[in-house]
Amino acid sequence: MSKDIKIRKGLNIRLKGEAEKTLSNAPRSRTFAIRPEDFHLIIPKMVIKEGAKVEAGDILFYSKSQEEIKFVSPVSGTLTEIERGAKRVITKITIEADRQDMYKDFGIVDPDTTSPGDLKKHLLNSGCWPFIKQRPYDMIANPDIVPKAIFISGFNTAPLAADLDFTLQGKEKQLQAAVTALSKLTDGAVHVSVRTGQGSPFSGLKDISLHNFSGPHPAGNVGTQIAKLDPVNKGETVWTVAAQDLVIIGELIISGKFNTDRVIALAGSSVKTPKYYNTKIGAEVSTFVNDSGLSEDNSRLISGDVLTGTKISPKDHLGYYDNTVSVIPEGDDYEFFGWAMPVFKKISPSRALTFSWMFPKKKYDLNTNTNGEHRAFVLTGNYEEVFPMDIYPLQILKACLVKDLDAMEALGMYEVAPEDFSLTEFICVSKQPHQQIIREGLDLMYKEIG
Amino acid sequence: MGLKHKLHRLKEKYKGKKMAPAFNALHTFLYLPNLTTHSGGHIRAADDLKRTMNIVIMALLPCLIFGIYNAGYQHYLALGDIQAATGFFSPEFWSMENFSLGAWKVLPLVLISYGVGLGVEFLFAVIKGHEVEEGYLVTGMLVPLIVPIDIPLWMLTVAVIFGVVIGKEVFGGTGMNILNPALTIRAFLFFAYPTWMSGDKVWVSGAVESIGQPDAISGETILGSLAQGNSFGYDIMDMFYGFIPGSVGETSTLLILLGGLFLIFTKIGSWRIMLSSVLGALGMGLIFNGVISAEWIGENSKFFSLMNTEFWQHLLIGGLAFGIVYMATDPVTASQTNKGKWIYGIMIGVLSVTIRVFNPAYPEGVMLAILLMNVFAPTIDHYVLQGNIKKRAKRIKVKTI
Repeated sequence: MSKDIKIRKGLNIRLKGEAEKTLSNAPRSRTFAIRPEDFHLIIPKMVIKEGAKVEAGDILFYSKSQEEIKFVSPVSGTLTEIERGAKRVITKITIEADRQDMYKDFGIVDPDTTSPGDLKKHLLNSGCWPFIKQRPYDMIANPDIVPKAIFISGFNTAPLAADLDFTLQGKEKQLQAAVTALSKLTDGAVHVSVRTGQGSPFSGLKDISLHNFSGPHPAGNVGTQIAKLDPVNKGETVWTVAAQDLVIIGELIISGKFNTDRVIALAGSSVKTPKYYNTKIGAEVSTFVNDSGLSEDNSRLISGDVLTGTKISPKDHLGYYDNTVSVIPEGDDYEFFGWAMPVFKKISPSRALTFSWMFPKKKYDLNTNTNGEHRAFVLTGNYEEVFPMDIYPLQILKACLVKDLDAMEALGMYEVAPEDFSLTEFICVSKQPHQQIIREGLDLMYKEIG
Repeated sequence: MGLKHKLHRLKEKYKGKKMAPAFNALHTFLYLPNLTTHSGGHIRAADDLKRTMNIVIMALLPCLIFGIYNAGYQHYLALGDIQAATGFFSPEFWSMENFSLGAWKVLPLVLISYGVGLGVEFLFAVIKGHEVEEGYLVTGMLVPLIVPIDIPLWMLTVAVIFGVVIGKEVFGGTGMNILNPALTIRAFLFFAYPTWMSGDKVWVSGAVESIGQPDAISGETILGSLAQGNSFGYDIMDMFYGFIPGSVGETSTLLILLGGLFLIFTKIGSWRIMLSSVLGALGMGLIFNGVISAEWIGENSKFFSLMNTEFWQHLLIGGLAFGIVYMATDPVTASQTNKGKWIYGIMIGVLSVTIRVFNPAYPEGVMLAILLMNVFAPTIDHYVLQGNIKKRAKRIKVKTI
């Protein structure tokens, strides 16, 4: 059963430096690292000590609040450093990799015949569980809850984000195994959304409910798709899995190995030759960034896309969930009468002496400048133009700011994740940190209600 | 070392100091700051609040320039020194004499409005340690355009201080206020010094001084004469062009219309509010015209002249058009939901015309209508939100049945 859904509200941000569709192998990374901050609300409890040898798939730590959620090593090697920050919170776990990966064998399972309970145990033990996220609260799924449905977005619309049709090429077997396994874990359907009129690696899969979406960003955000297909109500839970993570789950089911091979896009106007690389979760980004080369020294490296990614340094590692590394120029410079001059080189949703509306196909070279100072919320009605959910964005943000739990709940906080507010944040005239406001709001609700 | 670097060093030096907000306000006026994103998305769109406010000021400038010429024109016309203008580009109107007299009268209003208002804003920014916000840039331009030409400067000073402090800063500054600050300033003048805000002596420069003299001049506004049961005695096109007495910048419906279209085109002003206010005013005008044609009200009634005014002419006289385009659309004090904006706008149109007709003493209703709807805007939004909340609650119920 396939439906066509057209998203009308939104904004495509076209940037220079899109990754060319050629695939290179990144050199083997010397070290691999896991940053627990990628796993929101998880407090890690280490299982092994510095100096211990691990195989790919050996447990590194588990969640303090839910011990069955385990996090495993993406490679085989030696645990060299557990870096701690303020209040002794673990900030980074570094593994020095062996030349060759040795994989722990979790055994091959047949997702069609295995019971849901065993499948769940299999995913938990093998370290694949953290790839499953849940809404409400946008966090790693609680294994004790059976979700009403599972949502997977089969295409990206975020600026410079990896093209899933390219990165998932030839992975149909893994995808099929993963969605079949996931379909056992829910009472409802596994909803997969793909772009209308475009062939997708998902198109031929069984055990899924396929939907066609068209329209501008955020049509490819899973939050938009949930809102259009089957929104989360109070008391309900849905799971979401990123398409690139399905490959790892599928590989586990087929081969019994926790294999974190991943095709990532290296993109952005500061990259000399933006293209795709074969690498692994947690690899040093310098392995492929140096291979492509940077055309601009004063650049920002982002693990993830430019709207939702994490700022990293060249010594850092690929984030756990990311399949894009973006590099754009830093914007730490002044601009003479920048607020009054006509603007041709930046994107704007308005026509306030800004001319991006005249060139809808033009690609822009945006930097990290905020283009203005932080202010109180003033303008109204502009967020709604880029926000396709049936939620009042300004009002829910204000409810979060004043910590009004009743209003947050009533206005639809269970349905949203920070990434849903990345576009409203982009166009915000008052330069308010929308994603941070929503994240803090969700955390507050989780603490008080969830 | 260029100005950019010198200012950057000064900024670093004064960071965290008491006077930093005042310095930063001037610095960011000269240079778009060097701030980079540090949470959430890494890129931002080009628009900021300064750019937004700048667009509104650009939309107001034609009204200001026209107001300057009109001040001189009305003065010399009342004295009988010049002929009435014919056509929008008439040389009788766009003359050097008109401009110099008008500039002499209007620019002090602008200076006082900006000087006093920004002074209060800077003071509050320094005391509270936050950046100077841009809201007053528009308010400061609106104020001289909505007061009578001969308003004493000390009155304006008092009113601006009152409006900025009570209308805005006590609520927390730009973005937090309930009432439109420019209208708060006008309302203060209106109730504190009514003789300077109404009647037939304040709308034409020099009329007040001439009282009791043999060559006394008067300049009644159209609304004023209608309220007294007289006809308005102006050509429709004169009213549309704005060659009529009134507050400094509100007379030219033509330029206000162009300004409104500019605001809609740039997506800064809400077309929903503008359109619905116009519809509300036209609708109410039609109802009153209907009352007259049904002969429920006779010619002796004191409401007759204003009720009998053709419904669409309400948009040409008084400050209705100016209020709809530049004041009702203030995003902070208007309804903040798109549905709410329709209700808010229609009510402003309806109330403006209603107050006009039924309040012959102070026939301009748009100021009070907007202020009243400012107060009701949060309530309108509340019910719009309730609709969304109920829809969400219903979704659960459908599921559980």
